[in-house]
Amino acid sequence: MATAKTYGEFETAWCPGCGNFSIRQAVVKALVLLDLPPRRVVFSTGIGQAAKAPHYIRVNTFNGLHGRSLPAATGIKLANPELAVFAESGDGCSYGEGGNHYLAAIRRNIDITCIVHDNHVYGLTKGQASPTTPKGRRTKTQPHGAPSEAFNPVAVAVTMGAGFVARGYAGEVDHLADLIVQGARHAGFSLIDVLQPCVSFNKVNTYAWYKERCYRLGEDHDPTDRRTALERAMEFGDRIPLGVIWKHDRPAFGPMPEEPLARREPDMGVLASILQEYA
Amino acid sequence: MGEATINIVIGGEAGQGLVTVGEFLSRALVRAGYAIVVTQEYMSRIRGGHNTFAIRVGSARAYGPTETIDLLVALSADTLALHREALSPRALVLADAAHGLGDAPGLAIPYKELCPKPLYGNMAALGVLSSLLCLDPAWGIGLVEERFAKKGAEVVAANVGVFKASMDWAAGRQAAFACLPPPAAPEKRLMLHGNEAIALGALAAGVNFCSFYPMTPGTSVVQALIDHGDRMGLVAEQAEDEIAAIIMALGASYAGGRSLVSTSGGGFALMAEGVSLSGMIETPVVVVVAQRPGPATGLPTRTEQADLDLVLHAGHGEFPRAIFAPGTIEQCFHLAHRAVDTAECAQSPVFILTDQFLADSFRDVAPFDLTALAPVARPLTGIDAPAGYERYAVTPSGASPRLLPGFAEATVVLDSDEHTPDGHITEDLAVRVTMHDKRLRKSAGLAERALPPDLYGDPEGATLVVCWGSTLGVALEAAEIRNAREEKTAVLHFSQVWPFVGDAFLPILDKAGKTVMAEGNHGGQLARLIRRETGYVFDALVTRYDGLPFTAAYILERL
Repeated sequence: MATAKTYGEFETAWCPGCGNFSIRQAVVKALVLLDLPPRRVVFSTGIGQAAKAPHYIRVNTFNGLHGRSLPAATGIKLANPELAVFAESGDGCSYGEGGNHYLAAIRRNIDITCIVHDNHVYGLTKGQASPTTPKGRRTKTQPHGAPSEAFNPVAVAVTMGAGFVARGYAGEVDHLADLIVQGARHAGFSLIDVLQPCVSFNKVNTYAWYKERCYRLGEDHDPTDRRTALERAMEFGDRIPLGVIWKHDRPAFGPMPEEPLARREPDMGVLASILQEYA
Repeated sequence: MGEATINIVIGGEAGQGLVTVGEFLSRALVRAGYAIVVTQEYMSRIRGGHNTFAIRVGSARAYGPTETIDLLVALSADTLALHREALSPRALVLADAAHGLGDAPGLAIPYKELCPKPLYGNMAALGVLSSLLCLDPAWGIGLVEERFAKKGAEVVAANVGVFKASMDWAAGRQAAFACLPPPAAPEKRLMLHGNEAIALGALAAGVNFCSFYPMTPGTSVVQALIDHGDRMGLVAEQAEDEIAAIIMALGASYAGGRSLVSTSGGGFALMAEGVSLSGMIETPVVVVVAQRPGPATGLPTRTEQADLDLVLHAGHGEFPRAIFAPGTIEQCFHLAHRAVDTAECAQSPVFILTDQFLADSFRDVAPFDLTALAPVARPLTGIDAPAGYERYAVTPSGASPRLLPGFAEATVVLDSDEHTPDGHITEDLAVRVTMHDKRLRKSAGLAERALPPDLYGDPEGATLVVCWGSTLGVALEAAEIRNAREEKTAVLHFSQVWPFVGDAFLPILDKAGKTVMAEGNHGGQLARLIRRETGYVFDALVTRYDGLPFTAAYILERL
């Protein structure tokens, strides 16, 4: 049985009070609930403070380039379907630099759990607007206000027919852990967009701000109803819903290899007969 | 040399079936035991325009492309006018009677009479060609039967009927065209183009993962892999862009797949960050770059050798790499196989630099001996002491034991940031130096296994034509022509352009009377690289960058 200790204890490079700490806690809790030994788990991440996460959890780690957590995760899963593959990064990495990969991953629907630390700002590069920064918000590099409309990753995922779309909050660890568990158990691409305060660069979306607005979706929300799912996905203001926004059964990417590619050696007899087809 | 070979050019619009006729005739010639080199020229469009499929055929060797045409099959009305100037003194034109021959020597083929339906036009052209080349009709008929077997006996019979009738028709015209001499080596040969040979070499080395974004002329490597993918256990995925393609390949490689990506210059430009990532995380990937003229979109379907600088320098920071540049179909196969092994040994990106000409060039080749292939290095699926495992353990060679995740208790941690030996992010600058030195120590191993250039002929006091990649065939032809004139000439061909060891070839260059580098680019990229690395300055440079492959005549005129 895996326990929280299985995944180790590490010193981090995060700011005191950062939402990343509680997201890490939720991830570890989810791995324990899923009873996944570290050897079976791979975290693929990009670049940013969120992307450092697997350095602070004992798991297999592919900490690649900015924006590229999803294509790396896709390659990993295709090469070894026996691994539980998570892609984890921030909103700039996942929705900005990696925007095309995000759309492709939803379409491809390969069995990856995508956890996005969504703090509406670029933290590591010190406070520029991110794809989810609300239009008009002033930053040092957008002194007249962020000029573009914010990207709504949850609504896009619902619209594109992703199989599992959830929104969690860094301030609710147990709830978030449960969403990650559900996402990991879903066969196909799953998105868990995690609202996360940035204590250093986002002075608006604070713990208090979220506490005032976030509410958990109750029994009355039917996550299989796309119309209401889209309504909840668009709800981001005075009230912000947390939970499984939308899910539906959709065949996951396939066919997948039946065993890890590392176990496959080329069949030279077959290759010899292929060569003869060129005669 | 021209007398010993026949250059058959089939010209027409895209969509008229010239590739069908060309491939069919090429295969019949190879089966009959002839040597061929195909040069395909096509425009970047799906229908219309003017394309050619040239087959140079010889009883012993076919060298490479040549300018003069001995048999011109004019499928479109424009073909004759476009190639009139290139006809050799013995040339015949096979025109469509509907378009007419004008005053050109040749035959006006009455396709309407020979073919019950326009669909059979290809068969008529093939029948006439078979007759003029004195090919045993059995070769053509055998191919017709294979190709149409699935469509039933009636279709086979109809096609064979047109083929035979057209042969008879041509025989009755008594056209004055010297038959092909009998083939020198009638043992069994295969017909492959360069990109097919690269794919087969990669499969032989165990490549089982390919992610790609389509780009001419790189796509046909992927196509060949996919054609055999189900039987060979290969996973292929079309990525959303080239960035995703190479990152997926690295993810797969990390997890135990043997990865290859194939693209051309513009797509490769997007892959540059992934090349650098491969260098940092020491995860192998084989990258095929099939060159075409740039900058930017350039001439999408033509040939050039101008991406050596790009491939050599792509990716920020310093890390080891190797670049192969096959010059023949055999080298395409064997260097692709070697590239997979080299990438695993050096845990680095390894490149195969080919070009449109070689990519599309069908040739005859002896079946590859699969039993003679060297073993290919593999990553680890187990380890003795998992507790202390470090992915980037500092070693004398620079290469660390590469364990795959999921196979042992140890976790495998990679980071694109500078990292400690256990793979975790660090900003300890002393560790940085240690790790950077460790990575770059692998350069020595790559240099040790670098292939020296191949020398053809005696360089002593000779004109030495130096080239790389696809130029080999015509360089050898140019040398033969000059040697026949008693102008002593030898050829030095680089099938690996990075890394190289000067000691392996500088003594050869020093022996030569005159050294001439022939490169398909404007600046002489390999010549500059050799000068940078060794100080050697070539006496002369022959360049070509008009989108066409080198020919012997082109080189001879500039020597």
